[in-house]
Amino acid sequence: MERKSATLLDLKSRGQSIGKRPMITIKQLDKVFTTVRDERINALSDINLSVADGEFVTIVGPSGCGKSTLLKILAGLIPSTGGLVSVADQPVAAPRRDIGIVFQNAVLFPWRTILDNVLLPAEVQGSDMKQARSRAFELLEMVGLKGFEGKYPSELSGGMQQRAAITRALVCNPSILLMDEPFGALDAMTREQMNLDLQRIWRESGKTIILITHSIPEAVFLGDRVVVMSPRPGRISEIITIDTARPRGLDVMGEPEFGRQTSYIRKLFYRMSNADDSNITGEGIS
Amino acid sequence: MSAIWNDRPHVTASASSPSWLRVMLRTHPEYLLSPLLLVVVLVGWEYGVGLIGAPEYILPPPSKIVFALWEGLSQGLTSRAGYWIHTGVTVAEIVIGFVVGSAVGLLLGTVISQFRLLDATLQPYIVAIQSVPKIALAPIVVLWFGFGLTSKVVIICLLTFFPLLVTSMAGFRSVEPERLELMRAIGANRWQIFWKARLPSALPYIFAGLEMASVFAVVGAIVGEFVGAQRGLGTLILTMNAQMNGAGTFSILVILAVIGLVMHGGLRLVAKRLLFWSDTRRRAIGS
Repeated sequence: MERKSATLLDLKSRGQSIGKRPMITIKQLDKVFTTVRDERINALSDINLSVADGEFVTIVGPSGCGKSTLLKILAGLIPSTGGLVSVADQPVAAPRRDIGIVFQNAVLFPWRTILDNVLLPAEVQGSDMKQARSRAFELLEMVGLKGFEGKYPSELSGGMQQRAAITRALVCNPSILLMDEPFGALDAMTREQMNLDLQRIWRESGKTIILITHSIPEAVFLGDRVVVMSPRPGRISEIITIDTARPRGLDVMGEPEFGRQTSYIRKLFYRMSNADDSNITGEGIS
Repeated sequence: MSAIWNDRPHVTASASSPSWLRVMLRTHPEYLLSPLLLVVVLVGWEYGVGLIGAPEYILPPPSKIVFALWEGLSQGLTSRAGYWIHTGVTVAEIVIGFVVGSAVGLLLGTVISQFRLLDATLQPYIVAIQSVPKIALAPIVVLWFGFGLTSKVVIICLLTFFPLLVTSMAGFRSVEPERLELMRAIGANRWQIFWKARLPSALPYIFAGLEMASVFAVVGAIVGEFVGAQRGLGTLILTMNAQMNGAGTFSILVILAVIGLVMHGGLRLVAKRLLFWSDTRRRAIGS
């Protein structure tokens, strides 16, 4: 009870209406891949998750737990094999304009300037380019890339490239941002800075964000809720509500509550891998 | 001392000594070494020929080649004894054959690579045909199309078609999947994915194909003219060879080298503008 009210208060303090309306609803989602040799691989099994408007949800899990697959289904890039995924009360069948996506690599086109890269979605979607340009300039300033509009991606550091990729995802003003390990390729210092920046961007823009990460501290630091997934088949093993007040500074990571939360999730991870080991040894004996 | 910290140090320094020369030698020693090599080879050639006593029709000294070149170029534009008309014919063959052949190759390669099944079905045949030396078809092409311009253009088309077909297919196949996924995620249609992601990604490969084709085009023109033609630098080489005019033959080679260099330089110029972003390209041309 206490936790819930704290979360509500927190959301209200950001001046956002959270209401009861879920932005994203996932019900009994299954995904089975069929390999060339006709083997069936259960990538996702019975995923149920509801994400509120304006919520920041992080997903952690060991490799192979299907978290990227889940994100791709949400983005409409691959179809599910069963269950229901809906965004803003509409089932997802194809990529949607109200979803922006950021991948692990920035995937900027080297022949386009930063500004032209950022404008790519607007160009593709036939938006009003004049409006898109002024928005792009605004966003580039917000992510700290003012003055780099005319540069080419190869002239920017990894962190700056990823900022540009985030800007590109925001340029068409989507209500949802899906991020697939966006900071995985960055060094630790840059990563922390990007976490702070992302929190700020989220609070300023009021987007719904789902972020996938390998890093437990990152998940706890950023998320309103942390979804912990387990592999083979990919399932949600637990959802943990993080009610640390916003805005969170890096010092939060030193607090005992933060330590408790991360070590709890780490224990969940170990339990998964131990279960794995016993399986393997079991097979070895028989 | 403070002059060193000037933003254009070599300009300031040049007042005392020609240090721009030193700067150039340190950063680009090849700018001096390459011309020097040419001079050494030419001088060695000029006097070496006399030393070993090679007759002029076997190996003429460079001075005789330059003289032959001058003589050939100083004739009237339409004189059949001069070089201009033959050069014009050969250049026309090369340009038409190169443009048509590579355009068809590029177009077909592009279309084929847009359909995975078509690509896979045709692949073995393309590899098989690619390993046939198309130049061997020159005699039959001349038989089909006669001694005029057409047969040479057809031979060059055959030679330039395959490099473009193969490189464009390879280029389109090698587009990073991430780029395509991004395009799909932002809602791009097939056409937009092609123009905004696939084609630019394939461009470095296509230019590699064009460079190959430009070399083949010159080879095709000369061989075609050897096989059967009334005009062109290839026929001129045959005539001069029959007359044991070694200096003349070598002077035609100089013209062919110039044609090749101009084509190569033109392609590089376009590539530099279009492919400034490409790592592969930067590594390949070493700049």
